[in-house]
Amino acid sequence: MALDKPYTDVPGTIIFDTDMARQGYHLNQFCMSLMKAANRERFKANERAYLDEWPMTEEQKQAVLDRNYKRMLELGGNIYFVSKLGATSGHSFQHMAATMTGLSQDEYLQMMIKGGRSPEGNRYVGEEKKRG
Amino acid sequence: MARVSASVYSSHTPAIGAALDLGKSTQDYWKPVFAGFDPSKAWLQQHTPDAIVLVYNDHATSFSLEMVPTFAIGTAERFEVADEGWGPRPVPPVFGHPELAAHIAQSVIQDDFDLTVVNRLDVDHGLTVPLSLMCGQPQAWPCPIIPFAVNVVLYPPPSGKRCYSLGKAIRKAIDSFDKNLNVQVWGTGGMSHQLQGPRAGLINTEWDNAFLDRLIADPEGLSAMPHIEYVREAGSEGIELVMWLIARGAMSDKAPKVVHRFYHVPASNTAVGHLILENQ
Repeated sequence: MALDKPYTDVPGTIIFDTDMARQGYHLNQFCMSLMKAANRERFKANERAYLDEWPMTEEQKQAVLDRNYKRMLELGGNIYFVSKLGATSGHSFQHMAATMTGLSQDEYLQMMIKGGRSPEGNRYVGEEKKRG
Repeated sequence: MARVSASVYSSHTPAIGAALDLGKSTQDYWKPVFAGFDPSKAWLQQHTPDAIVLVYNDHATSFSLEMVPTFAIGTAERFEVADEGWGPRPVPPVFGHPELAAHIAQSVIQDDFDLTVVNRLDVDHGLTVPLSLMCGQPQAWPCPIIPFAVNVVLYPPPSGKRCYSLGKAIRKAIDSFDKNLNVQVWGTGGMSHQLQGPRAGLINTEWDNAFLDRLIADPEGLSAMPHIEYVREAGSEGIELVMWLIARGAMSDKAPKVVHRFYHVPASNTAVGHLILENQ
């Protein structure tokens, strides 16, 4: 019997569960390697060559090259691991989060200063439609 | 005999640490966050314990996906400040309390909580940011600190109920330590925040404040809250709040004295919550 995953209907959210962690293992471990200054230098010198040392999928590698944080998470990345790539690239948590929302950096900053994204209409997939 | 005298609860947003380290704490954006902890700094100076059990989570710093312990206690003499990719924070190293930590590990494991015992552990912002908020920028932290790491990164984290019961087991362990020590237990992380996906930036002020109310007055009931409610209401990273239940479980069964309560939005992506509770 399949396990209960009650979190799959939360909109705009990927829960990093053990299935996602299995898919993203090498992607996340690659990110982890960037905590060492020498590895950061090697990666920056030739990103593609460094990535090819890891048994990641081509899609995962492309998402890294594109700094597409949203895509990385869809492919099994976890935000805390991916943040090592962010740090290497000069991108803060707020920067990475903003890119995943489709807002500009300034729009996202202003949204947070005004109290953040409301939970209203953001609890269930299709909630807005259901409420008509 | 040792005893738990108080508990402290605090968010541990990395941007707060960066703001302090880079001298931005007096800027308009950050001033209210640090001002909320001014009474807490004064309180801690007057109520410096002999040791702090500091419940936090490692953010893919010391624990990669090679190994993910659900509960881990640091029993070393010293813990270094981690390089999280930006270089280590300019804060003092953390000195542990190996004797008390070993005692807690032995007692709690015999109480059916299968802790991982860790002697080499670099501590990240999850542990150092609450210390900075409560202590400012001292040359050394005011007392020995026992890092207690909880997995809240790889889903599922431990349940609220499990965390609350673990807190009680930690209290029992401290109560049975032979030396006369005044111990605080701190719970960190939260409050509402989501760092990922199109729903990033979620903040739920009403829910956060209800959480604070219940943590004070009805921790047992609060501990029954399922993970999905944290995720749906407080964001995917809001689930860190289960760690607060460990600190709350370590408190006496009698109603605590609320010394200080603070709430502010935002710190970067996050709602900052803070409580100080004393046993009475």
